[in-house]
Amino acid sequence: MIAANLPILHVIIPLIGAPLGLMFRRSPAGAWLLALIISWVTLADSLALLLIVSGGEAVSYEIGNWAAPWGIEYRVDMLAAYVIVIVSGIGAVTMLYARQSVEAEIPRDRIYLFYTMYLLTLSGLLGIATTGDTFNLFVFLEISSLSTYVMVSLGAERRALTAAFRYLVLGTVGATFYVIGVGLMYQMTGTLNMADLVDRLPEVAETRTILAAVAFLTVGIGLKLGLFPVHVWLPNAYTYAPSVVTAFLAATATKVAVYVLVRIYYTLFKGGVFETLPVDEILLALSIVAIIAMSAVAIFQTNVKRLLAYSSVAQIGYMLIGISLVTITGLTAGILHLFNHALMKGALFLALGCVFFRIRSVNVDDMAGLAKVMPWTMAAFVTGGLSLIGIPLTVGFVSKWYLILASLEKEWWLLAAAILFSSLLAVIYMWRVIEVAYFRERPAGAAAIGEAPLAMLVPMWMLVGANVYFGIDTDLTVGTARAAAELLMGG
Amino acid sequence: MTPETLSQLAIAVPLIGSVFILLAGKWPNLRETVTLTTAVIMFITVVSITPAVLAGARPDVVLWEILPGLAIRLTIEPLGMLFGLVSSGLWIINSVYSIGYMRGNREAHQTRFYFFFAIALASAAGVAFSGNMLTLFIFYEILTLSTYPLVAHHGDPATMRSARTYVGILLSTSIGLLLFGMIWTWQATGTLDFKQGGILEGKVEGVMVAVLLALYMFGIGKAALMPVHRWLPAAMVAPTPVSALLHAVAVVKAGVFTVLKVVVYIFGYEFLAETSASDWLMIAAAGTLLFSSIVAMRKDNLKARLAYSTVSQLSYIVLGAALATAAGIVGGGMHLAMHAMGKITLFFCAGAIYTAAHKTEISQLNGIGRTMPITMGAFAVASLSIIGIPPLGGTWSKFHLMMGAAEADQIIYVAVFMLSSLLSAAYLIPVVTRAFLRPPDAKSMGAAATAESGIREAPLPCLIAICATAAGAFALFFYAGDIARLLEPITAN
Repeated sequence: MIAANLPILHVIIPLIGAPLGLMFRRSPAGAWLLALIISWVTLADSLALLLIVSGGEAVSYEIGNWAAPWGIEYRVDMLAAYVIVIVSGIGAVTMLYARQSVEAEIPRDRIYLFYTMYLLTLSGLLGIATTGDTFNLFVFLEISSLSTYVMVSLGAERRALTAAFRYLVLGTVGATFYVIGVGLMYQMTGTLNMADLVDRLPEVAETRTILAAVAFLTVGIGLKLGLFPVHVWLPNAYTYAPSVVTAFLAATATKVAVYVLVRIYYTLFKGGVFETLPVDEILLALSIVAIIAMSAVAIFQTNVKRLLAYSSVAQIGYMLIGISLVTITGLTAGILHLFNHALMKGALFLALGCVFFRIRSVNVDDMAGLAKVMPWTMAAFVTGGLSLIGIPLTVGFVSKWYLILASLEKEWWLLAAAILFSSLLAVIYMWRVIEVAYFRERPAGAAAIGEAPLAMLVPMWMLVGANVYFGIDTDLTVGTARAAAELLMGG
Repeated sequence: MTPETLSQLAIAVPLIGSVFILLAGKWPNLRETVTLTTAVIMFITVVSITPAVLAGARPDVVLWEILPGLAIRLTIEPLGMLFGLVSSGLWIINSVYSIGYMRGNREAHQTRFYFFFAIALASAAGVAFSGNMLTLFIFYEILTLSTYPLVAHHGDPATMRSARTYVGILLSTSIGLLLFGMIWTWQATGTLDFKQGGILEGKVEGVMVAVLLALYMFGIGKAALMPVHRWLPAAMVAPTPVSALLHAVAVVKAGVFTVLKVVVYIFGYEFLAETSASDWLMIAAAGTLLFSSIVAMRKDNLKARLAYSTVSQLSYIVLGAALATAAGIVGGGMHLAMHAMGKITLFFCAGAIYTAAHKTEISQLNGIGRTMPITMGAFAVASLSIIGIPPLGGTWSKFHLMMGAAEADQIIYVAVFMLSSLLSAAYLIPVVTRAFLRPPDAKSMGAAATAESGIREAPLPCLIAICATAAGAFALFFYAGDIARLLEPITAN
C-alpha cells in the first residue's frame, strides 16, 4: 500500500501536515517537531523514489484513480526524483537547524505560522517536481509561492515586508505568464497532461500560438528562477527573510524553477523548441551577462546575505548556461549544478544564520575577528566559500569541470573563459569576508559571544560535509545527472 | 612497506603531524618536538622510497576516482622523487631554524604557524608524487591556500594587502588559466595522466599547441614567469622561515616542478621541439631571467632582492624546459635542487641578520661581517653557489642548462645564461663585500655594537641551520652526478 503510493506521499504528507501546524499556536517547539518529523519522512520517501526510478523506468500515479487526461497524473522520472531529493534533503537539514534560529528571529506568537508556511512551501515545491500535469504544476507553483511570500515577510526588519510585497508582485506576474503559456498550449492541443502534450505539440510546434506560449513560459518561469535581468525581487527577498528561510529558498526554490524550465524545453518540446525559437541563445547571452555582472555586483555588497544573493543570481546563470548548450554534457553540467549549488548555498546561508544568531548582524564589518570566537561557523563558511569558488575536492569544482568541458566540446572558448573569469570574481567576494573574519581584530567593546549552539552547528556541518563528500565521490550526483540528461536528450 | 604505501605515508605524515601540533599548542617545547619528529619521519619515508625509484621502479597507486576516468593518483617518478627529497629534507633544517627565529623575534600565533607549515609540506609532497594533472592541481591549490595564513602572519594592513596579492595571483592564474588548460587537455585526449613522451602528440595541432602551452605556463603562477611573478615579492612580508622554505623551496619549486612535469609528461619535450611551440617560452623565460636580475640589483631591501633573484633563477628552469632538449630538462631538474639549497641559505642569513641586528636593508649592512662572521660567511658561500662558481652545487646545473641550449642550437641562450650569472654576481657580491670590507657604520650599528665589536650572532638553532645548508650547497657539487643519474630516465623515450 505504501509502496504503491510512494509517488504522492512526499507531496501529501507536508500538505496535510501544514494545517496541523496551526494547532501549535502556543507551542513553537511542537510546531517545530511536527515540521521536523514531516521533513524527514518526506526525505525517506524521496530517497525511496530515487532508488526506484534509478533503473531508468519512470513511475506514474493516477490521483484518485482517474486516468489521465481526465485525472491528474503524477510522474516521477530520474530528473524529477533527483530534484525531489534535493528539496526534501535541504528541507530535512534546515529543519534540524531551525528551532533556535527561528526562535531568535521570529516573534514567538508567529512561529507556528512559519512552520505551517514552510510545510506548504515544501509540499508545493515537491508537487511541482512530481506532477505530470501542466495546470497542476501551476497550482503547486502558487502554493509554494504564496507561502514563500509569507515566510519572507516574517523577517525581523520592516523592510522584509516591502521585500515580500515586491516578490509577490513579480512572482504573480511570473505565475500569470506561466498560466497564459499553459492556456495557449491547451488551446492548440486540448490537453494539460505532459505526456499527451509531448505527442501533440510537434504538429503545432511552428504555429504562432505555440511560439507565444514558449515565450510566455520562458519569461514566467524566468521570473521565478531569478533569471537575469528579471531577478530584481531576489536580493531583497533573500536579504530580509529570516535566515532559515533564506537558506531553504536559496537551495530549493530557484532549483525547482530551473527544473520546470528543463521540463518544458526538453520533455514537452523534446528540445525542438530551440529550432523554432532562439531561446537557447537568448538564455545563454543573458546568463553570460549574469555570471559576470552579478558576481561583480556581489563584490561591492556590505551585507553578506545580499552578497550571497547576488552570487545566487550568478550561479543560476551557470545552470542556465548548461541547459542552453543543448548537449548531453551541457545538460549534465546544468542538472549537476542544481544539486551542487543547493549544497554550497545551503551551507553558506546556514553559516550566516549562526552568525546572525550571535551578533544580530550579517554586515561584513561586524564580522571582524569572528573566526576567533566562532571558529566552527567560520570554518564552515570558508569551506562553503571554497566550494562556491570551485576549489578541487568540493562540489563546486565538479560543477565547473563539467560546465567548462561542455563549452569546450562546442569549442566555445570565450564561454569557457567567461565561466572561469566569473569564478575569479567569486574569489574576490568570498575572500573579502574571509579576510575580515580571520585577520581583523574584534572591535573593542564588542559583546563577548561564543560559538553557535550545537543544534545549529551539526546540521550546518552536515551540509558542509556533503559539499566535500560529493566533491570526492561523484557517483551519485554525476551519475544521476548524466543519466537524466541522456534520457532528456534521447527521449 | 611497499613504495606505494610509503608514497601515501609521505603525504599523510605531515597531515597527522599537523593535528598533533594543534593539540600540543599550549606547550611550545612539545609542539616544536612534534614538528621536528614529523619532519624527520617524513624525510625517512621519502628517502626509503628512493632506492626503488633509482632501480627503475615507478610506484603507482590509484586512490580514488573522482570523475569517471579521472582519479586521485600517486605515481613516483625521478623528478618528483627529487622534489620530494629536497622539500622534506630541507623541512628538517628549516624547522630547527624556525625555532630560533620565531622565538628570537617573539612572533605571535606560533601554533598556527607550525600547523599550516606542516599542511604546506604535505601538499608539496602531494605535488611531488602526483600521478596525473588533476591530483597535482588539487595539491597545488591546497599549497596556495595553506600558505596564505603564513604570508598573512603579521596581520597588519600592509601585510594583508601583500597577502591578497599573493593569494589573488596564485588562485586566479591557476583557476583562470591552468584549469582551463587542463580541461582542454582532458577534452582533447581523454586523460590527464603523466605519461613518458607526453599525451598531446597528435591530439592538438599547429598554433594551438603554443596557446595551450601558454595556458599552462602562465597558469602555473608559482613558476613566477613575468608578468605573473608579482606574488613572490609580495610574499616576503611573511616571517623569514616561510620565505626560506616556502618561497625559495616548496612553493616556487612546486611551480617549476609542475612546469617540468607538464613539458615532459603532458606535452613531451620532443613534441615541443618538433612543433617549435615553446619558442615563445624561451624568449619569455629569458626576458624574465634578465629583467628580474636587473630589478634585483635595484632593491635595497635584502629579502626583496633575494625574491627577485628567485624569480630570475626560476626562469632558468623554465628556460631549461622550454629548450626542449634532454640536457635542458636534466639541467632544469638539477637546478631545482641546487637553487633550493643556495637560496634557502641566503634567506636563513637574511632572517638571522634581522633577528640579531634588526636590519632589513642592504645599505645598513656595512661591516656586519665582523659581528656576524658565520652568517655572512655562509651568505658568501651560498651566493657563489647561486652564481655558479665551483666547487659549489650551482655550477653543475648551469653547466647542464648551457649544454641544453647548445643541443638545441640556441647559442644565444648560452649567452643569456652567462650574462645572467654575471648579473647575479652583481646583485649578490656587493652584499658580501659590504659586510666584510666596509667599516661598520657608526649611526646604523647602534651604540652597543660600536662600543665593542664583539660577536653577536643569531640564536644557535638559526646558526646550525645556516651552516647545514651552506655545507649542503658545497656537498651538492660532489653529488651532482647522482642527481643527473636519477633524472636521466625521464628524458629517455
